[in-house]
Amino acid sequence: MSHHIVEFRNVFFRYPDGTQALRGITFRITHGESVGVVGANGAGKSTLLQHLNGYLLPTAGTVTIGDLPLTKGTRQEIRRKVGMVFQHPDDQLFMPTVFDDVAFGPLNLGMDEASVRERVRGALEMVNSLALQDKPPHHLSCGQKSAVAIAAVMAMEPDILAMDEPAANLDPRSRRSLISLLRTFKHSRIIASHDLDLILDVCGRCIVIGDGVVVADGPSEEILSDRALLEANSLELPLSLQRVSRAMPR
Amino acid sequence: MHMADALISPAVGATLWAGSAAVGGFASRRLKRDLDDRTIPLMGVLGAFIFAAQMVNFTIPGTGSSGHLGGGMILAILLGPHAAFVVMASVLTVQALFFADGGLLALGCNIWNLGFYPSYLVYPLLYKPWAGEGKSPGRILAASVVSVVLALQLGAFSVVLETVLSGKSELPLGAFALLMQPVHLAIALVEGFVTAGVINYVRTARPEILAGAAASRPRGTQMPLRKVIATFAALALLTGGGLSWFASTHPDGLEWSIEKITGSQGLPEPDQGIAPVFRRIQEKTAFLPDYRFKLPAGEARQEPADPAWPAVDGGVSTAGVIGGAIVLGMVMVIGMGVRTLRRRKRDDL
Amino acid sequence: MTFDEKYFDIGRLDRLSYRDTVVHRLDGRAKVIGTALFVLTVISFSKYEIAGLVPFFLYPALLMALGDIPVRFIARKVIVVSPFAIFIGMFNPILDTRAAAMIFGVSVSAGWLSFASILMKFALTVSAALLLIATTSFSGVCHALRQLGCPALFVSQLQFLHRYLFVLMEETMRIVRARDMRSFGRRGTGLKVFARLIGILFLRTVDRAERIYYAMLSRGFRGDMPALGQSRWVWPDLAFLSAMALFLLIFRFVPVTEGIGRIAQGVIR
Repeated sequence: MSHHIVEFRNVFFRYPDGTQALRGITFRITHGESVGVVGANGAGKSTLLQHLNGYLLPTAGTVTIGDLPLTKGTRQEIRRKVGMVFQHPDDQLFMPTVFDDVAFGPLNLGMDEASVRERVRGALEMVNSLALQDKPPHHLSCGQKSAVAIAAVMAMEPDILAMDEPAANLDPRSRRSLISLLRTFKHSRIIASHDLDLILDVCGRCIVIGDGVVVADGPSEEILSDRALLEANSLELPLSLQRVSRAMPR
Repeated sequence: MHMADALISPAVGATLWAGSAAVGGFASRRLKRDLDDRTIPLMGVLGAFIFAAQMVNFTIPGTGSSGHLGGGMILAILLGPHAAFVVMASVLTVQALFFADGGLLALGCNIWNLGFYPSYLVYPLLYKPWAGEGKSPGRILAASVVSVVLALQLGAFSVVLETVLSGKSELPLGAFALLMQPVHLAIALVEGFVTAGVINYVRTARPEILAGAAASRPRGTQMPLRKVIATFAALALLTGGGLSWFASTHPDGLEWSIEKITGSQGLPEPDQGIAPVFRRIQEKTAFLPDYRFKLPAGEARQEPADPAWPAVDGGVSTAGVIGGAIVLGMVMVIGMGVRTLRRRKRDDL
Repeated sequence: MTFDEKYFDIGRLDRLSYRDTVVHRLDGRAKVIGTALFVLTVISFSKYEIAGLVPFFLYPALLMALGDIPVRFIARKVIVVSPFAIFIGMFNPILDTRAAAMIFGVSVSAGWLSFASILMKFALTVSAALLLIATTSFSGVCHALRQLGCPALFVSQLQFLHRYLFVLMEETMRIVRARDMRSFGRRGTGLKVFARLIGILFLRTVDRAERIYYAMLSRGFRGDMPALGQSRWVWPDLAFLSAMALFLLIFRFVPVTEGIGRIAQGVIR
């Protein structure tokens, strides 16, 4: 099962304008783990995620996805393994219809038409959006777009699912659907988010990033109830825990 | 100025379409070979920029009339000839389909007039040798102005030629050219300055773009490219959004020219006999009835633009008038009938 | 039209194009070819043709009726783009004053005939173009173009432009509204603020273009926009094209209008 392993070893990354975004990130995620990545704005979450599918290459250190070390040459192969879902679904639905968007990935993988149709159907059913397949994206609601964006990624049947702020623009019901959906996935999941309650619900493990380094790495329940740690990183307790801690007698 | 279908003949339209399609195919093939992937979204955004920019009129100082941006030269300098042609063609296509700005048959003409000359004639033969290596701002200014003037003059004159060769308009070539060329010269001077401003900005912010175009291979872009795109985009929304509200109310350049000329010049009436005209018409309409008839006045309640078919011997024939009225009435009845039937069918469900 | 009006205009046309009627369901290729043939036939009429053009209004009329397209909407759009054609055509009556016909005792010059012909052709061709989009979504037209042999790169450029256009215009509208809410009628100071707001909000659109590219890469994009195979022709498409061809041939070469007029004259007499 080594193809589901994600390993960062002392990864550094500096942007062309000089900003040192990652200063030695090290962690290892194994098959089927669900990991949340949290931290303040500018801490390096997005940069980290962009290494997962090779959009960015580390300026030092190594990133290994499955058996492949991340290099310019292995990028394409890695993109088959890692499905990336972004914050704004609008940015990911760039084809004329929902069907076209979900088919984009499988077609790029070189599959034949019949298999593509099957994949699209399966992916849309997974997110309960089969009825939308002929609609253009600008006619969809936010929640619908979010679901379709996930389907578009799942249609490629990736081993590892990476998500950046998946619930940011969703209404409560859509958010709840998303959480239920994510809990059913068996893939390795890496979710970067400010929504600590979502992380608590979906991810068993949590990595806190601060100033380009890993500040903490452990079970979500532990980390996300450590008020001091969270507040030191410009975060606060998940709302669900705040209620509880307030109710508890001092 | 976008040509309309009603003013061109099938021969002219088809020829220009063939030309534009051939160039378009060539450009697409070259792009496929040379293109950096990142340029694809860039082309899309710049297409939207040109689209918005073309919606805005600006006042031509001194004349009181208004013109609007073509954008072909800017595209050619920044993207290289092939991408520029494709983007321009896409903008014109969307305009034709969504705004009916420029006809479908005339689309070939418009793509040629506004896309071919800047991309494949003026840019490679004039601008690039003169200022293509990113030399002094002064040189870029001069090159831009002259290039744009030339491109627009070629485009405007092509409009004249296409119209005259089509034969639908009575405007003689000389008078028409006299209308179009000076107006487009003025527009081009303004657009030339705008072009130079844009190119100089890009030269300081992202020089490798110009270097890339000079080698006719658009260079890859890194993150900071967005600053350049941003400026374009900003210009796009600024021109499209902001300046629209301040758009001049002066009539478009062409109309202004026409008003000026119609007032001052009394164009001589053609001194031909009627016979050749009617002979031509007769050849096309062998079935025409050949009899006269007097219709009680006020009988036909048709649209004002429905005159009679000229009869062979110059006399009256109102068969056309009556026929036209009846057919039009039938068309309206059919249309409304279908509509009502559909509505009824829908309400029944 | 102001910017707002143009936006809603395109938006409305776009929405109309996604309806589901018998016309909308026809294959895009049939409609593209049909429209092209229609425009070609209309344009092929002689300079002075009037009566023969009248039956051609049946095509837009039927499309509008069967496709549920509001007539006033199309008519307004035709009128809005007419100035150029009118101003060129307007010279015809001025320059060509040879008498060509007598209608009810009034002499009508050939120039007026050709001008009228231009106007009719204009109305027909422009409405045909608009109705093409109105009854076939823009992406449907793009699909059809691709299947008919248009270079794939150009087709995807069209699709991207279409997609970004709405985004751009929406952002502009939002900015405009925000500015208007805080302007209290004073436009003077508004422009500077407006320019700045536009710049910022537009940077977002630019960022969006970058993110879209990233999303494309993440799903395996390597430079070629993928597309599925051909859609098949079904009998309604063939029926449509045959009917079109017949219609065009008949009304182009047989002076039906004349004939009807003659019959009517005979009846009246």
